[in-house]
Amino acid sequence: MTTAQLIQGNEACALGAVAAGCRFYGGYPITPSSEIAEFMARRLPEIGGVFVQMEDEMASLAAAIGASVAGMKSMTATSGPGFSLMQEHIGYATMAEIPCVVVNVMRGGPSTGLPTSPAQGDVMQARWGTHGDHPAIVLAPASVGEVFDLTVRAFNLAERLRMPVIVLYDEVIGHTRESVTLPEAVDSWERSAPSAPPDGFLPKAAGPDGVPTFPAFGEGYRFHITGLTHDERGLPTSEGPTAGALLERIHAKVDRATDDIVAVERFLLDDAEVAFFAYGVVARAAKAAVMQARERGLRVGLLRPISLWPFPTEAVAAAAGTVERLIVAEMNLGQMTHEVERAAAGATTVARHLRADGEPITPEELLDLVATPVSGRPVPGGTS
Amino acid sequence: MTDVRTYLREWAMPHVLCPGCAHGIILRAFLEAVSRLELDPDKLALVAGIGCSSRLIGYVDFCTLHATHGRAPGFATGIKLARPEMDVVVLTGDGDGLAIGGNHLIHAARRNVDLTCLLLNNSIYGMTGGQAAPTTPEGATASTAPAGTVESPFDSCKLMIGAGATFVARVFAAEPPAMTDVMADAISHHGFSFVEVVSDCPEYFGRYNGLGTPADMLAGMMRREPGVSDPLRVKAFVPHLPAPDDIPGLATGVLHREERPVFTGRPTS
Repeated sequence: MTTAQLIQGNEACALGAVAAGCRFYGGYPITPSSEIAEFMARRLPEIGGVFVQMEDEMASLAAAIGASVAGMKSMTATSGPGFSLMQEHIGYATMAEIPCVVVNVMRGGPSTGLPTSPAQGDVMQARWGTHGDHPAIVLAPASVGEVFDLTVRAFNLAERLRMPVIVLYDEVIGHTRESVTLPEAVDSWERSAPSAPPDGFLPKAAGPDGVPTFPAFGEGYRFHITGLTHDERGLPTSEGPTAGALLERIHAKVDRATDDIVAVERFLLDDAEVAFFAYGVVARAAKAAVMQARERGLRVGLLRPISLWPFPTEAVAAAAGTVERLIVAEMNLGQMTHEVERAAAGATTVARHLRADGEPITPEELLDLVATPVSGRPVPGGTS
Repeated sequence: MTDVRTYLREWAMPHVLCPGCAHGIILRAFLEAVSRLELDPDKLALVAGIGCSSRLIGYVDFCTLHATHGRAPGFATGIKLARPEMDVVVLTGDGDGLAIGGNHLIHAARRNVDLTCLLLNNSIYGMTGGQAAPTTPEGATASTAPAGTVESPFDSCKLMIGAGATFVARVFAAEPPAMTDVMADAISHHGFSFVEVVSDCPEYFGRYNGLGTPADMLAGMMRREPGVSDPLRVKAFVPHLPAPDDIPGLATGVLHREERPVFTGRPTS
């Protein structure tokens, strides 16, 4: 029987990784993510895995990618400054199509910023941080239990789609302790072995799902892996049609899976006149504000993206069609706000409540935004 | 012994190397070492960074990973720790390994994972067109040092000894049998082994510095003439280390060997 336990968000991340089959961690210390490395340093050697502390974040993700190439599910974790350094290898893993999970526990930035304070300033970097055209999958948990679930999900998506997947949460989620009951086992995605024999094997020839099979180094398939634009044989090429086809394929494999990847929570949204759009710890504050507003008879709801990227465009458009005001609340100076405005496409008023001073947004300040019904009419039917 | 030609991906050619570049001779010497040691191609991983030297791995039929600039040691560390039964060889150049990747290289040496690193030193950035490298001898001309470089070059072997590499050697591309001997020795070594392979770059370094034909450059290397290698000796990175031997010019052969616990990432039984 599983029992409830009181754990921290960062511990839940490590537990989720291990449950998903992660057996390799390459990392570099940085606040507020270091507890993940510390947990993995204790746990992995006990279960046949490997922990290595590398010399910097570039080498950390390099080692994780190398281990994945050799067949071990792998991860690294960091925070803003280290996440900046990892962009090079996020691009490599995207281009070379190597599964791995990168966790970014966000702190205030830019630069060294606010090392021990929460922020959500990396949400656009998580999407666009590495150079060139590339898809991105970014998952944003809002509770300790959800950190576990989404870390498992990140591994499964990484393995299924052969790409890096980012788990992105703020310092409060990382350091908050909550009582959670974790499952004894989780569904985990395992790489499929190639059906073709090693002779003449085309390492980058994809099936209908757009994802090539991925034998590990050392298992009898000898092939070339490169971050250069390459053909189906895995060899570098600068031939235009081949280069274009490769980029289109690595986008299309994610596009094809978008409906499965995109996830949102709609909280009391069906009859809402005003809704918050918030993720991570801000969504917790927004949920509290929604409940307090409802007690006052105000029709307020919450749309919480669980996947930040791919962006839940349809869910935002649907909400925009039913609310009079959509308030984007985030701990930055306006990043997802632009995406919400794009998705709302003028169907509703998009307001913003932004904060980047290292303090979490509180339920009280959100409640103040909705305390007066926007229509000026009393709202009947609210819960009392 | 296996015919080294069977190790080639002939279907991946023509290759990118310039006429007269010694990198092909070096690759051949490496393949001879693979053959002599009867390494299983399925269990041999070659990991390279960015540059002329790093492109060699695309032409050999092993498990080959062409990584990012300077960071091959990190990728190689991940492969070796995840699959200890594989032989993992890093192929890098002087710019890749000593400039952008210098930090990774010294930590790989310090960590003592059982990797072999071959650093092909042609004294210049070749792939990008002849810019000065951390190995360009003081006074030598490069496209970014039109009046001669004013910086002191690294002695990569002394750097590696200082960083804790447990096997350090230097060989010349002009001496293929010695290259094969030393490379085989390095691969067989348990721990991090480092071999600096002094190569040429007739297209840029040779042309910019009036060093003659590719054959002239290799002949000069054989005679250990002052030139490519001599400033390395007098501008050593670690000045207080004793000279490993008395060979005039640049010291070659196995310069350092020791046994030290190897990092495997696993509990020792």
